[in-house]
Amino acid sequence: MNPKLVARDVCLEYRQPRTGDRLLALDRISLSINEGEFVSIVGPSGCGKTTFLSVVDGLLPATSGEIIVDGLSVNKPGPDRAVVFQDASLLPWRTVLKNVCYGLECIGVRASEAQERAMRFVQMVGLDGFENSYPYELSGGMQQRVNLARALVMDPKILLMDEPFAALDAQTREYMQEELLRIWEQANKTVLFITHQIDEAIFLSDRVIVFSARPGRVREHVTVDIERPRSLKLKRDPRFHALEDRIWSLIHDDALAQARS
Amino acid sequence: MSGRSIADICRDNERLIIGASAFAAFLVLWEGFSRGWWATLFTPLLGEGARALAIKPIFISSPTGVAQQAWTMFAVTGEIWPHIAQSGGQLIVGLGAAILIGVPLGLAAGRYRTFSYILDPFLSALNATPQVAFLPLFVMWIGTGFWMRVLIIFLLAVIPITMNALAAVRTVDPRLLKVASSFGASELHTFRTIIAPSALPFILSGMRLAVGRSMIGIVVAELYGSATGIGIMINMAGSSFDTDKVFVGVLVIVIAGLLMSEALRAIERRYDGWRPAIGDNY
Amino acid sequence: MPGNALQRYTPQLVGAAALLGFVGFWEAAAAYKLADPMFISSPSRIATVAAEMWEDPDFWRDVKVSSTEFIWGYLAAIAVGIPLGLVIGWYKRAQYALGPFIDVLNAVPRVTFMPIMVLWFGIGIWSKFAVVFLGAVIPIILSTYSGVRTNEARYLRVAKSFGASQMKTFTSIILPGTAPYIFTGLKYASGRALLGVVVGELYAATAGVGHMIAQAGNAFETDRVFFGVLLFTFTGLVVTSILARMEKRFDRWRPEGAVR
Ligand SMILES: Nc1ncnc2c1ncn2[C@@H]1O[C@H](COP(=O)(O)OP(=O)(O)OP(=O)(O)O)[C@@H](O)[C@H]1O
Ligand SMILES: [Mg+2]
Repeated sequence: MNPKLVARDVCLEYRQPRTGDRLLALDRISLSINEGEFVSIVGPSGCGKTTFLSVVDGLLPATSGEIIVDGLSVNKPGPDRAVVFQDASLLPWRTVLKNVCYGLECIGVRASEAQERAMRFVQMVGLDGFENSYPYELSGGMQQRVNLARALVMDPKILLMDEPFAALDAQTREYMQEELLRIWEQANKTVLFITHQIDEAIFLSDRVIVFSARPGRVREHVTVDIERPRSLKLKRDPRFHALEDRIWSLIHDDALAQARS
Repeated sequence: MSGRSIADICRDNERLIIGASAFAAFLVLWEGFSRGWWATLFTPLLGEGARALAIKPIFISSPTGVAQQAWTMFAVTGEIWPHIAQSGGQLIVGLGAAILIGVPLGLAAGRYRTFSYILDPFLSALNATPQVAFLPLFVMWIGTGFWMRVLIIFLLAVIPITMNALAAVRTVDPRLLKVASSFGASELHTFRTIIAPSALPFILSGMRLAVGRSMIGIVVAELYGSATGIGIMINMAGSSFDTDKVFVGVLVIVIAGLLMSEALRAIERRYDGWRPAIGDNY
Repeated sequence: MPGNALQRYTPQLVGAAALLGFVGFWEAAAAYKLADPMFISSPSRIATVAAEMWEDPDFWRDVKVSSTEFIWGYLAAIAVGIPLGLVIGWYKRAQYALGPFIDVLNAVPRVTFMPIMVLWFGIGIWSKFAVVFLGAVIPIILSTYSGVRTNEARYLRVAKSFGASQMKTFTSIILPGTAPYIFTGLKYASGRALLGVVVGELYAATAGVGHMIAQAGNAFETDRVFFGVLLFTFTGLVVTSILARMEKRFDRWRPEGAVR
């Protein structure tokens, strides 16, 4: 299989304009994701996961290194990638439907067609009846589903998801996980998924990449060798628990080491 | 810090560099208009038309003219000090009275609902009126002296102070009030321990607004009368076409305004400045 | 239930009663000579004067002059203030360059410039226009500016991620996010504009409602002074409520609780 997305030695340094201090957030991240692969990134809070996702999307220019999509180096956002943001970031002055339309409008799709396409995705995330509501009228979980629909409607080849389900209650979260797997299997998308929840990462992914504490480095690739389609019963499987333990101790050791130094 | 290139330093102080250059350019431009530099410079290009670029100092004064005049008035003759003292005195009395009356009034209206219903129509009407329109009335009542000016300053300042004090009580966390009353705290005690501390930042931002308003009061109230005061000095200088003097007066007010709003901002920051101002901004 | 309605309108009822009480007391004070009506006028005398003035073409000329000054000065301030606020909010270098001037102008009451404006533009309508403009433009610039600045980075990030053009970003993110701030500025500026009209006309004028007030004051015609003041009060209330109504239309997306 050919790699869909490659990060080669990506470093990112934040610079404080006032003090001139520099903060290394990502340190030589290299990884490669195949077409149709579902990869998760886990790591301690503040280790640079969101930062890495922003670099992949092209929102932040890498300080050095490069992001390669389909063999071509990219440095700005494009329609082949779409982000589901960590905070839903819905535009508060737009209704649900208009929020989902937003990306289509940006690439110049006619309004009527955009609305039609958006409506399908509003329904898919189970929000029909709310298409004319404003974000403040929705619960956190509903907002997050709009956020997902807004990315999916663009039909991106690569879906970049930043803790999309963190704000959801346990039931909705599991429902959304299964839904996401269904969409992914149907539409043959490549997914880069960030989460804090180890069980979520294992349940969804073909491979889990563990980041070390700041500066973010790739600490280990953990392959999830569990057949698909998966059901929620999997979460009680001993293989699942073994993987969970392994990833947990990787992160834990790292956090301890960080705390000592 | 080591390893900072000149480009880095320039970028980090961009704000200062650009701001200072713009200000310097403004001063040079101004001086040039009043001295006819630009007229001379552009004559080859524009011919006779360039004459329009020379403006008589009587209209626009000039930075050096203003500086010279300021030096004379502050250091040589000292004639400006009585004006400053007079206006400053009015400001202190007017603003002080506005605080002494406005804060309790606003707190009471915030605490006692019925009282706020009574106060509200008067407060909104006064707030919608440009209060300086009362000036001729005050002149009729108490003449053009010190107290008339104090009254105008008071009227301008008391409104934002009262409105902010009222809003301040309304934002006190009701749970805290419930706690106080469940402990059987007296009204006075509740005011002192719960309402006052959380209302303070709001009241302070009301005062900042009031300071701005009372500066207006000073200038406007001194449109009348012919004794001492910064506004009067500006006024008289204006009617005798002494433009340098007008600008010195304006400069004094600019500096006083900047100093006072900075001082109040600093105090506000001390008592957590994140709370927004209610009523009008700035 | 009538009891319920009564409760719901308590604030308005108490307020109206207080106003009526005040007016009644004022009238009585004048009628029973508690104070000289020449100084304090009275509601009925003001009403009589109002009826007289209604017929008086001079009064309408004053109204026309004052409203011309107000409307054009205010509109010019909007036309300059909003774009300028947007520009200095969007381009930080523009802010660096213009910020010092705006801060200075903000710290000084712009009516201070009245004598200079008269020197430059004479005692006619133009000096008033200039003072109204100066008074109103600064709050509009500043609130528009802070509206742009508080536009949350995360919305801009969304626009960027979807590859929105500069124009699209501006119309879909910056403008809607800034609108509430612009309205705050407009409301405040309307007060400053009205103040400019009054001060300009008190200071040096040949016509206008402020001029009328000043003259009536000199002639000890208290009724006319009060009538003029009330006219300004009325104007202020009308302008603010028009702006509040316009604001509501832009504000449907905000939860009720957050609207002041
Ligand atoms: N805009 C910024 N400017 C400066 N430093 C930043 C900025 N954004 C993030 N950082 C720093 O970079 C580091 C990585 O941040 P990032 O948001 O990528 O972490 P994260 O792994 O997504 O954390 P979390 O799991 O809590 O979302 C943090 O230490 C943070 O302090
Ligand atoms: Mg993050």
